[in-house]
Amino acid sequence: MVSFYSQFQLILPEIFLLTAVSAILVIDLFLPAAKRMATYWLTQGALLVTAVLVFLVTSTSAGSVVVFDGLVVIDELSGLLKILICILLSVGISYSRDYLAHRDIFKGEYFSLALFAALGMLVMVSANHLLTLYLGLELLSLSLYALVAFNRDSKDSSEAAIKYFVLGAIASGMLLYGMSMIYGSTGQLNIEQIVNAISAGNADMDLLRFGLVFVVVGVGFKLGAVPFHMWVPDVYQGAPTSVTLIIGSAPKLAAFAFVVRLLFETLGAATLQLDWSPMLAILAAASLILGNLVAIAQTNLKRMLAYSTISHMGFLVLGFMTGTQQGVSAALFYVVTYALMVVAGFGLMLLLSKRGFESDRLEDFRGLSRTHPWFAFLFLLIMFSMAGIPPMVGFWAKLFILQSIIEQGFVGLALLAVVFSLIGAFYYLRVIKLMYFDEPSASTVAEQRTGSLVMSVNGLLLLALGLAPSWLYSLCEEVIKSSVRLF
Amino acid sequence: MMEYTSLSLVIWLPVVFGVSLLILGKHVAAGTIRVLALVGAMLGLFVALPLWVNFDNLQPGFQFAEYHPWIDAFSINYHLGIDGISLLLILLNCVTTLIVVIAGWEVIRDRVPQYFASFLILSGIMNGVFCALDVALFYVFFEATLIPMFIIVGVWGGPNRVYAAVKFFLYTLAGSLLTLVAIIYLYQVSGGSFSLAQFYETPIRYDAQVLIFLAFFAAFAVKIPMWPVHTWLPDAHVEAPTGGSVVLAAVMLKLGGYGFIRLALPIVPDAARELAPWIIALSLIAVVYIGFVALVQKDMKKLIAYSSISHMGFVTLGIFIFNVQGMQGAIIQMISHGFISGALFLCVGILYDRLHSRQIADYGGVVNRMPIFASFFLLFAMANSGLPGTSGFVGEFLVIMGAAEVNIWFAVAAATTLILGASYTLWMYKRVVFGEVGNDKVAKLSDVNARETLLLIGLAAAVLWMGVYPKPFTDVLTQAVITSLDWASQTKI
Repeated sequence: MVSFYSQFQLILPEIFLLTAVSAILVIDLFLPAAKRMATYWLTQGALLVTAVLVFLVTSTSAGSVVVFDGLVVIDELSGLLKILICILLSVGISYSRDYLAHRDIFKGEYFSLALFAALGMLVMVSANHLLTLYLGLELLSLSLYALVAFNRDSKDSSEAAIKYFVLGAIASGMLLYGMSMIYGSTGQLNIEQIVNAISAGNADMDLLRFGLVFVVVGVGFKLGAVPFHMWVPDVYQGAPTSVTLIIGSAPKLAAFAFVVRLLFETLGAATLQLDWSPMLAILAAASLILGNLVAIAQTNLKRMLAYSTISHMGFLVLGFMTGTQQGVSAALFYVVTYALMVVAGFGLMLLLSKRGFESDRLEDFRGLSRTHPWFAFLFLLIMFSMAGIPPMVGFWAKLFILQSIIEQGFVGLALLAVVFSLIGAFYYLRVIKLMYFDEPSASTVAEQRTGSLVMSVNGLLLLALGLAPSWLYSLCEEVIKSSVRLF
Repeated sequence: MMEYTSLSLVIWLPVVFGVSLLILGKHVAAGTIRVLALVGAMLGLFVALPLWVNFDNLQPGFQFAEYHPWIDAFSINYHLGIDGISLLLILLNCVTTLIVVIAGWEVIRDRVPQYFASFLILSGIMNGVFCALDVALFYVFFEATLIPMFIIVGVWGGPNRVYAAVKFFLYTLAGSLLTLVAIIYLYQVSGGSFSLAQFYETPIRYDAQVLIFLAFFAAFAVKIPMWPVHTWLPDAHVEAPTGGSVVLAAVMLKLGGYGFIRLALPIVPDAARELAPWIIALSLIAVVYIGFVALVQKDMKKLIAYSSISHMGFVTLGIFIFNVQGMQGAIIQMISHGFISGALFLCVGILYDRLHSRQIADYGGVVNRMPIFASFFLLFAMANSGLPGTSGFVGEFLVIMGAAEVNIWFAVAAATTLILGASYTLWMYKRVVFGEVGNDKVAKLSDVNARETLLLIGLAAAVLWMGVYPKPFTDVLTQAVITSLDWASQTKI
């Protein structure tokens, strides 16, 4: 049993982050606009210190430790995800700096909201209790709603924010409704105790299954899987690119934890898995089909990447659907590498934009290899990685998922996934075609930006991980083995 | 056992050179880039030659093996090794790379570093395909070849290059993705391994074998390409720059034939034998029908592209008649076609560089202005029609002999190529080269320069060597062919 005080030690990263964001909020109030850069550096510092603290806490605690009467769990999965969330946010913010400045929205709110979102994600991935999970999710979602609307003068942003808020609220409602039924069935909110109640046969299984359906709906909404994907394209397109970048990357990792905690740890009993596995299979298949097909018709890169996200979530859900340790490990590998690709993709759009020029239309990438050969090359790596062409890491991510579903005998689903990856390859190729085969139009010239170095590392990492994917997969496998209680 | 690294060198040396060209690109003059590319291509050939010298013709199985764990969780290994078949294809690939680098010397003015880098990287990757003994590794190399070729066709290609590049990419990707599913399925049934040797020995149910065979077929038939999935090839060839066409025809198509021999036959032998009549039928259709199609082409590159498809029909025919002459002939045909089609594309490229047209109708009487060129062109045209004494004859002859053993009518149908091939090649030759000077532009043509002559002499030597004295090539092959046929004749049900 962990002593009362050392409990606080284990959630030190969250405490630090909360303190830091409150401090930054106040400090920013007294900073003149010219010195706003201080806020930027403080934010980066807060994120990095949090990541280091998470590392220290996770590496010193042994195995899974449950604290605060079962509200919070500290395990390797939460440790890995928290560190990655902090790093991804930090990278994303570094890409956003000039973009924000050029749009006169280089304001404190952006940074404090991003940090609150980070805090929400940290709470989510450590949740061991349905309420903690919900609390983290709402903190994340509310920060994101505000971030989307944060460019006040933009009509598109406001529309996207309203849409995101309304649909997000419905999803949260669904989820909460599902959780209430789980509570009604088992009388518990603590994940371990729910599991105990189910395995002891003290649960009303019909009610539980009913709740399960709502939980799956909530999960589908948060992941953006078809048919709960409606918000994704509008929000991705409407939000300022620096916010789309945040929405598209780190929260996917939190959503991974969310699915693992809810479906695997809480409702992972064999009989229930038989119920949710087909539901997820349908979500996955629909996402793969719709995401890839509709992406072809897009002319806006942000919107295209939104539909591509939907199809990638389809792949991710395929990994969950298997319900096996291998499947979840593959899904973790997938989501980590996917987040890296997304942050690089949107990051590149940010670096290429300038005052009054968003560089978010496909047209804007015409002839990029002439004007910015290095950025074009990095974007080529990102696109091939997303399309899953070896030797990029995206290939391994898809391979591992396919392997886990074929192992379970779902050859038909694997073929479907493969066929729609082929269709997906078409629209990624189109971007490469624009960059490499077409001549530049005048508008593509932009000035060199800060963040190029991070961008290069980020892009080359996709290739490097593709050449040496072994350690990352082993890490994912080990983390899942040690953290997720599978049935 | 001694640990070799020569195969890694053959793969990675060109890749390293290619990458350094990309990095140096901005800072170094185009002239230096060309020299570096040449050095890279020559070194690439130089490190491949010891393989030939030290190769043991009598030893069955794979030589120069290298083995390193790569992805432990799925027991994917960096496992390399070659037999006679791979050896010849590697040599062909290295020679072709050298030719392409020289051929692009002064022709390519736009994005020089990227051009040479693409070819060097592509060359390394294709060597990887021929060396891989781990199927996952094979697949990675096999797919990775798409990226440089896509760029080559799309960036330096003709007016309709985008369509051709995308069609090439998606067509071949479609085939190989199905193979991916088959490979993962094999991983499961073989008890968690991607090792080729393991796959060879794994028993597989007959119905599963058929599906796996069809998946392999999808990848390799598109790649080689077989009728009726050949339509990407004429497009790609017509639009690709000369170097791209040469590599595509000389080496890349062979990935398909190699895949059939290395994967499809030994892993699913029962299905392969059972479905062989279908493949033979498709091959014969390719030989005869595509031969007729080639006859009516107005574009020289398109004509050679269709002639390639027709010749590849011989390769698949030779592979799927399951005897030693057939398979040996198929492989010799692949190598010989590499030299001949490469040479023909080069000849068309030489004309195109001067006149900027590939239409047969735009030429006529070239011999009056370019006598040296015309003599080389004649040699390659003859070789393409399978004249005895050239390499084109050896492969076709062996395949026809092998086919006659199985069914005389296969041999008869296949032999029509000797007439058809001669018709379309020589008729094109006649219209382009002979006769009075066709128009003013032709009148201004200048004969081949030293660089071009060097290339043509090299290729002519290879074509004649293989035609007059093919023994060194067949000796290297014999053991590998026998072993492959042994695997293909086992039953796994």
